[in-house]
Amino acid sequence: MKGVFAHKFWVVVWPYIWMLVFFALPFGFILKISLAESMIAMPPYSDIWSWSDGHFTWLGSFDNYRFLLEDDLYYLAYFNSLRLAAVSTVLCLFVAYPMAYGISRMEEPYRSLFLLLVILPSWTSFLIRIYAWIGLLKTNGLVNHFFMSVGLVDEPLTMLHSDFAIYLGIVYGYLPFMILPIYANLMKLDHSLIEAGYDLGARPWKVFLTIILPLSMSGVVAGCFLVFIPAVGEFIIPELLGGPDTLMIGKVLWQEFFVNRDWPVASAIAVVMLTFLIIPIYFYRRLEMKQLGVGE
Amino acid sequence: MKITRYLLLAGLVFLYFPLLVLVIYSFNESRLVTIWTEFSVKWYLELLEDRQLMDAFFLSLQIACSTAFMSVLLGTIAAYVLVKLGRFPGQTLFSSMIIAPLVMPEVITGLSLLLLFVGLGNWLGWPASRGAMTIWIAHVTFSVAFVTIVITSRLREMDSSLEEAAMDLGATPLKVFFVITLPLISPALISGWLLAFTLSLDDLVIASFVSGPGSSTLPMVIYSSVRLGVSPKINALATIFVGLILVGSFVFWWSMQRWARYSAAKTPGQQ
Repeated sequence: MKGVFAHKFWVVVWPYIWMLVFFALPFGFILKISLAESMIAMPPYSDIWSWSDGHFTWLGSFDNYRFLLEDDLYYLAYFNSLRLAAVSTVLCLFVAYPMAYGISRMEEPYRSLFLLLVILPSWTSFLIRIYAWIGLLKTNGLVNHFFMSVGLVDEPLTMLHSDFAIYLGIVYGYLPFMILPIYANLMKLDHSLIEAGYDLGARPWKVFLTIILPLSMSGVVAGCFLVFIPAVGEFIIPELLGGPDTLMIGKVLWQEFFVNRDWPVASAIAVVMLTFLIIPIYFYRRLEMKQLGVGE
Repeated sequence: MKITRYLLLAGLVFLYFPLLVLVIYSFNESRLVTIWTEFSVKWYLELLEDRQLMDAFFLSLQIACSTAFMSVLLGTIAAYVLVKLGRFPGQTLFSSMIIAPLVMPEVITGLSLLLLFVGLGNWLGWPASRGAMTIWIAHVTFSVAFVTIVITSRLREMDSSLEEAAMDLGATPLKVFFVITLPLISPALISGWLLAFTLSLDDLVIASFVSGPGSSTLPMVIYSSVRLGVSPKINALATIFVGLILVGSFVFWWSMQRWARYSAAKTPGQQ
């Protein structure tokens, strides 16, 4: 038995050490720096403890967190991010579900062709795909040109730099992440259950609501997590499509780091964001492990 | 339900229309991307002359290739551990570290890795500077998650009787892995490689945090141009990108179809 254990150890250890050092350990650093003070030096933060002559002195403080609490800006940014991400997730679900269902009911080889067509855009650059909307949504952009030429509106609509553009950007950018888990779940569906529903005289809507939807629920939930969690911290979409007053926390963190060069405050913002997201991440992990059929 | 067909088509139009507009206007003579003047390829020629952009492109290509190889290596081991090896101490932490990067907001991953590199640099003297190496580490770290998922689902579907047969005939676990398991999961390895490659090539946020002076990746150069507004040169670049991905994927899909038909023909029991 000992031999098997040793063999197991030498297999597990490589990815384990990599993820421990480059994924888990960095959170320790972010926590540490969030307790430090910003200063003009390299690196631009103070120590949070000192060790001299066997004396340990604690120098860290919670000032950065107090600062986040006192300024309305951060509170608004967190609230806005959660709101924008939540609404976009729901919109994304409404667009994605019929698409996933449509693909799952197709015959091969069309099914894999359409699946490919849905995933394809996400293999091109995310940045470029979001950028594509700037030219469409601008005040003198294509959509406004079209609306005015058919006489739908008299003066150009303001669509870029608004919440509307953010919703559109998130739905557009994250659509494949919603479609894929739902599709995977619908493919596992036992069609005899649906037929039984029809045979017993249920209407299509009733079959959908009482049989298909409940059975594909874990795909729906997984898709929602896959869209919601990253969307809360999204930077590219609010930066390119949002206005100067659309506050999203990912953009605030970016500015705190790259513009104000305040690493400790940026770290504190990240720690607070993580505490919001730790519960959805935990549930997402459980769901994903179950989907993969990996026992715990 | 016929209506889902129409909704699917509408969804595809939604997905492809902005890209189509991007492609069309990359051939526009005018600098203004909203007004069509005449057909021209001048933006493509300007693209080739842009040294900064070309340098960034080759740097990104290098990082993406090396990221893909390392992610497939680590991802294969991680998937094998999760599916085949059963329980081991610290399994919950392991699976969390494999799954969490899938959804972790990029700004958090980027910032935390930068702080790690700075901290380690001060403490151990490594990494002494930030650049291609640190970007590579960061990209491998988040790509491994995606690759592991792809390979895990393939390993789960795989028929394990072949491995058992080899084991019964006296092959060592290592030999079984290389001779039986690896060839059977090779399609997943290829998709995992391509996925990691495109993820790395696409990343702006994490690379911005962990890169150093003089190591700008392609998305970083694109971003610095895009934030100033719409530019036809970026449209030309996007067209090349989209074109390559489209052609590449259809070749991949087509060969997969051929491969599936070929293996179906060889195993008559499946009809």
